[in-house]
Order: sequence, then structure tokens, then C-alpha cells
Amino acid sequence: MKSQYMIKPMIQTTNSELNNSRRQFVFGASAMLALMSIPFPKNAIANVLSQSLSQLSGKVFDLSIDYKMVNFTGKSARATVVNQLLPAPLLRWKEGETVTLRVKNNLDHDSSIHWHGIILPTEMDGVPGFSFDGIKPGETFEYQFTVQQSGTYWYHSHSGYQEQTGLFGAIVIDPATPDPVIYDRDYVIMLSDWSDEAPENIYAKLKKQADYYNYRERTVMDFFSDVNKNGLANTWNARSLWNNARMSDRDISDVTGSTYTYLMNGNPPQQGWQGLFEQGEKVRLRFINSSAMTIFDVRIPGLKMSVVASDGQNIQPVSVDEFRIGVAETYDVVIEPEVDNAYCIFAQSIDRTGFTVGNLTSDASLHAPIPPMDPRPVLGHSDMGMDMSGMDHSKMDMGGGDMSGMDHSKMAMGGGDMSGMDHSKMAMDGGDMPSMDHSKMVMDGGEMSGMDHSKMAMGGGDMSGMDHSKMAMDAAKATVSGLGLAGFGSNNEIKHINTEFGPQVDMRADAPKSGLHDPGIGLRDHQQQFNRKVLTYGDIKGLHPTYDTRQPSREIQLHLTGNMNRYMWSVNGVKFMDAAPLEFEYGERLRITLVNDTMMTHPMHLHGMWSELETGDPDFIPRKHTVLVQPGSKISYLVTADAKGQWAYHCHLLFHMPGMFRKVVVK
Amino acid sequence: MNKTNLMALGLLSLSATLTSSAVFAGGNDDPLLTKVMLDQFEKGVDPQDPTQFSAQAWLGYDLNKLWLKTEGEYSNSDKQDLEIQALYSTAIAPYWDVQFGIKTHIKPTPNRNWAVIGVQGLAPYFFDIDAALFIGEQSRTAMRLSAEYELLITQKLILTPEVEVNLFGKDDAELGIGSGLSDVSAGLRLRYEIVREFAPYIGVDWRQKLGNTADYARSEGEDTQETQFVIGFRAWF
Repeated sequence: MKSQYMIKPMIQTTNSELNNSRRQFVFGASAMLALMSIPFPKNAIANVLSQSLSQLSGKVFDLSIDYKMVNFTGKSARATVVNQLLPAPLLRWKEGETVTLRVKNNLDHDSSIHWHGIILPTEMDGVPGFSFDGIKPGETFEYQFTVQQSGTYWYHSHSGYQEQTGLFGAIVIDPATPDPVIYDRDYVIMLSDWSDEAPENIYAKLKKQADYYNYRERTVMDFFSDVNKNGLANTWNARSLWNNARMSDRDISDVTGSTYTYLMNGNPPQQGWQGLFEQGEKVRLRFINSSAMTIFDVRIPGLKMSVVASDGQNIQPVSVDEFRIGVAETYDVVIEPEVDNAYCIFAQSIDRTGFTVGNLTSDASLHAPIPPMDPRPVLGHSDMGMDMSGMDHSKMDMGGGDMSGMDHSKMAMGGGDMSGMDHSKMAMDGGDMPSMDHSKMVMDGGEMSGMDHSKMAMGGGDMSGMDHSKMAMDAAKATVSGLGLAGFGSNNEIKHINTEFGPQVDMRADAPKSGLHDPGIGLRDHQQQFNRKVLTYGDIKGLHPTYDTRQPSREIQLHLTGNMNRYMWSVNGVKFMDAAPLEFEYGERLRITLVNDTMMTHPMHLHGMWSELETGDPDFIPRKHTVLVQPGSKISYLVTADAKGQWAYHCHLLFHMPGMFRKVVVK
Repeated sequence: MNKTNLMALGLLSLSATLTSSAVFAGGNDDPLLTKVMLDQFEKGVDPQDPTQFSAQAWLGYDLNKLWLKTEGEYSNSDKQDLEIQALYSTAIAPYWDVQFGIKTHIKPTPNRNWAVIGVQGLAPYFFDIDAALFIGEQSRTAMRLSAEYELLITQKLILTPEVEVNLFGKDDAELGIGSGLSDVSAGLRLRYEIVREFAPYIGVDWRQKLGNTADYARSEGEDTQETQFVIGFRAWF
């Protein structure tokens, strides 16, 4: 198999040169929006070569952490950098080799580097307080471990908020065996969010006013336009749930483009990163979301992307037009661009308050137009975990009604969404239901354990023609209760334990939906509206057969909790400082089911072990290190506890991390 | 009451010590923070109108805080009003805090001291509520209820209606306060948030004295009703 790497580092300019040039292209946030639909300023690009990542390869690496003044916005601000670079240098390793990384801390605070997604001994993981004390000011810490994997990863500080101020870099590991992915050239695309504000100040502002950075709240004008469109009663009803809950359906991101400038490989959108390709080349793009707080939606208008790896692990290729990349996730895609053409790599923030761009071109003078951002998303009731429970069947009056045309065929219930569905109050007396066709209801994996039809009052109803015969309930896979089979996710009841009740928790999802086939808030209508195929977790299957085919011996249900108004985050209502560690038995195979009891999308990252996402195929379970848990949703993955020691397990949104964090101990 | 506050302060400093010594992988989840809010600082447009202010400040953590609340007005050296509350606040529900402490009403004289117990928080439909019961010397009692709402005209132009009612358990002739519902006030302020932390505003403020309190006012030859147009600013940090 052909495997040819052609990283051609572009001409390296020093940051100070770049900063001088950048000043000419400084735009305010509003001017940035005006830029949306106009092409790259060609002359500007011609004058300023965008910064590409500088690369270090070999077995021994000397890295030094320093402060440095940078300028991304027209104002200078202090960044935390490695070897004077933001992003930190791209490290290129080879699978099977032992690498040594000497990290010198020149800051006046403790520092650390965590090798994100790398399987290594616990004392090399780089999380202060977990088998490692952190790197004291002036000290050098030597990391040394054998690289047991290949693919795209990254590294970042695990001390304080240093990640927000620039301490992150890419890792590309070349495989020991031929790469199953065929490509001629590859680029790392590192996405990040920059603020001139000190992260401590951002955090303090959020604690003082949780919607500080949200300039998308509902206004009086929105109310009147809704009344115009839908009538007063409907508008009032639609609002009342949110108003009663004291929550905002416009609450998508805690920190937004009002303070963030989004960067691609360290370049602000005004300048745009640029990559070149030649005729006939297959280009591999290694996307890494190294943001502190920003989830991105990525597309390349005019090009299909073949997603070939997720979180460094090869997957069965999926052809998509768009994908969501959570904080800390990585996706590798292969594209086949046409020569004499330019393409815009467009990464817009989940809340559509900003974007970052790159220009992929066969000719440096060709520039792709930047597309407008998609409409801003608005949360729905289902994002409050009220998909089914909020769906009130009790008032459905079907007395004597004719339900012959009732078509359930489009109900997608993959992943056990019906556990909380209560039909008990459905009164169907006298109804005639002859041709009610459930035949196309897909209920893979026997997900109906909690579905209670027992009290359905169907007095006098004639159900003789009701055909359940084709309901695909594979008896072999169906389990009545308890643990479902490996690969299919949890069947367990959603339980809110006592610690979830109190002033620290403002919401509990009573009927969380499955997070597997949902592309996520703001992307759900893209297929219908724009004809864009959006990647979902349900599309992901490992390229290699499942490594550990054992059934899980137990399940841990963890609830992601918080109080948005007070800006508090926790797991099961308990913040990290008050929490006992999670204990895994060495060698055991277990399932973790995450239930998101908040309205935020949380990227959950388990250190030291793989998170094997149960996407519905037990034979090709994909391995991830970071899993997005959607609002009001649940998702399950399997873990083989094959790494002794103490490990961190947390939400990767930097300002959620202090509370939404657990220590995992493998004994 | 002083003892309670000392206890509260003790608790806060103790938890501060615990917090700072904790080993932390990410950052401090619940740092000691302060917030000072000048909710109103305004002058009536008529030269006769008083200058008024109302401010709050807190020091503390996510769930437990020390609060200071003060409000006052100045018309001339004879006509002044100033009160200060020092409260310990603890969260009892996702959107609600219980607060207890002391209030001293310094002006007008003679000054009055009260013990305070109240609730402050966000009611459904986003009403900011502050309700307090005051228990004073000589078995005086009083209640105050205030509610505020924010209507976003745009993201930065915000209209704030608010109402406040005061009730007293018994007459206080020296201060011209009658038992029962003593006064009700309502305001409407339109502010523009230049930045989140600073917003100038214009508004109208209406106050009505009621019952025995109105009788006291009439006997002193004062108006029982006042309406004034105000300009001012709101700020916090």
C-alpha cells in the first residue's frame, strides 16, 4: 500500500513579523461578520504567508514553556507557548518507538503537558495531582514512553487555564505497518479559540453573570414576530416551558465569538491558513479541535470528505459533507480536490458567533469564497431531555377516532429511546385501529424494556388488523432488563440519585434521547435544508474488529449535571472536590453510560484507556478518547480497564472541567 | 446577630483555606469572588428631585456568600435616607438563596436596627425577587417585597420594570411610618449596555404612600405621591 508523507512546511515567519502584518487586517467582531461572504483579501494573502505548523520529529524532544506576547485581535495579550510557538510544535512520532520529551517550565506557575489520547503509564500522563506533581517553575520534567498506537492526537497543558492561552500542539504518529489510508499529502488543521481576556476573568464573569457572553438572547421583537407567525396562544405555550424552567433556548455556548477569535493553525480568519495541493493528489486533513470551549462544525464547500479516522483510530470510511468536532476530538478526512480550484475549509462555532477558515488551493493566487454562517441554532424541548416525557400523551383524545392512517414508519428509535414512554393514559376507547402499521419501526437491540402499555385503555377497540409482526425485535439481542449486549448500549433505567437534587443542579433529563443518530443542535436540518450529509456517531464503525469482545460485566451510569445560572458543573450533582474516585477493577470490561442533564454539549474525555463507543455494531466498535454527549441525551461506551493507576475523567470544556471531573482508579 | 455574622465569616474563611490547599488538575472550581453592583445611581430631572442610589455587593462562593445591600437618597441636609444590610446568604434551591443578617436604617434619625430574614432569587418567568422580613426593637416588624423584570428590546437596550411594596407591623410616629401597607413604588428604566458592566439609563419613578403613612405625610404637609423622571447609570464589577 502506498504511503507517502509530503508535509511541506511553508516558509516560517517569526511571530513578531506576523504580528506586524496582522495589524493591518484587524477587524472588530462586527466587521468580521461582514467578511463572511466576501472572498479572501487576495493582496493581503499575497503579502502575508499564513503560518503553518512547524514540525519536530525524532525520538527526543526538547520543549520549553514560556510566556509570549501575541496579537490576534489588534491588541497584544500574553500567551503561554511551547518553543515560542502558538500552536506548539507539531510532534511527529513513529509507532513502536520510545520517545523522550524533556519539558522545561519557564513560567512563574506550575505547568504540565498531557498527551491527549495516548495510551501510556499513568505517571507519564501529565495530570498534576494524579501520579505526577506537575512541573514547578524552572524545572524540567522528562516524559518517556513507548508509542503503542498511530494516528492524529494532540497535547496540551493540564494546569490551570494554560490551554486557553495557547499551550496546545498536534501529534501525528506514523504507523509501524502500512497505513490503510491512502493519501499523497497531509495537513494538520488545528482549530482553537483565542481571547485577549485572561481565562480567570472569563471564568469569574461567568460565575457573576452566566449569560455574560451571550448576545443572542430572545428579545421583545422576537416575541412579536413569533406572535405574528404562530399566534399569541401558541407563542405563549412555546415559551412557557422555558420561562417556567428559567432557561434560555438560545443558550448554546458559555463563551462566544463576543470574546473569542477563532484560529486555524494559529491564524485568525482575516488572514486564513493556506494549504497547497497538486494535480490528482489525495489530501488527508487531520482535524484537531484544541479549543478551550468551542465546538466546531466543519465543511469544505464543493468537496465530499471521506472520514477515515476518529480520535486517531482508523474507521470504516464515511463520506460526508459536514461534521461536528467537539473540543479535544480529532477527525481525519481524505479529500480529492480538483486542480485549478480553491476550496474553503470552513469551521463555524456551534453557536454561529464566529468561524475560522483555511484556503486549500492548487495555486497560491486562487482563493475560495468564504460561505456565510448557517442559521443560529435554537434549543428545542428535546434538548431538555423532555423528548418523550414532555410529549404528553395523556391528553391525546382518541375516543372513537380512526387511526387507520397512523404511520409510525419514520419513528427512529435506535438506541433505546422508549424506556420512559408512558402510554398509560392514552384513552383509545372504541377506536378502530385496523391498519396501524408498526412494521417499519426499527427497534434494534430490544429497547422496549421500560415501555409500559399495560394500562392502555382500549376498551372495545378492534385491533385485529394491527400488525406487529414485522417489528424487528431480534430475539437473540433482546434483553429484558439490565445490561444490554456489547455494542448496543445501555438498556438500564435512567435514575437520578439523591445527590442530583439540590441548589447545584437546575435540570434533570427524565427521558434522555439517544445521542447516536442525532447530528446535534444546529445540524439537524442540514440534510433537508442544504442537502448536506452530516456525520453522526451512529455512522462510525471501527476499521479493525472489536479488540475486546467480552460482554460488559457491569455498567456505571454517570449524569452530567450543572446549574447554568450559578455557573456550577458537576457529575451526579457532586463536584470534583467532593467526589470519591471511580474504581475500575484491573482487566474488567465495563460500560459507562453518560446521561446529559444539562443543555450544553459536553465532550467527555477518559484518560489512559479507550472509550469504545457503542454505535450499534458489536463487531466493529470504534475507539475514541473523547465523546460528545448531547443536551438531554445519553450515550454509552465500553471500557477495558487495562491500565493500572490513577486517571482523569472529565468534560473537556475548560470552564466545566474544574467541577465536571472525576478521578478514576484502576486497581 | 453579630455572632451569626462572625460565624458566617468564619465559615467563609475556613472554606477559603480548604479551597486554596486542594490539589487541582484543572483549576479552582469555586474560587472566592466578589461582585459589586450599583443597580441604580440616578438624579431626578427636576432640580427639587433627590439623588438616589441602590447598590449590592457580595463576597463568597457558589452557594454561600456575604451580602451587603444599601440604598439611600439625598434631597438636602434635612431630607436624607440611608439604610445598610449585612447578610449571610446560602442557596436552598437552584434559583433561590435564603439570606439572614442585620439591617440598620441610619437616616432619617432616630436610626432603627432590624434583624433580617429574606429570600432572593429568580422566579419562573425570570422575575428577580427579593423579599425580606424585618424584626426590630420594641417588637417592630416590617416586610419588603420587590420584583424586577428585564425586557430585551435589543441585546443591549433593556427595559426594566420594577415594583416594591413595604409593610409595617405598627406605627412609628417619630419616622412618620404607619402600620399596614405603607408605600408602593414602581419604576421603569430603559438602559443601554455599552458594555455588560456599564449602562446609562433614563426612567420614570413613581411612589405612593398609603394608609397611616400617608396620613402622617399629609399632617406634615408632604405629598403622598411623587413621580419623577430620572437619568442615571447602572454598573457592576
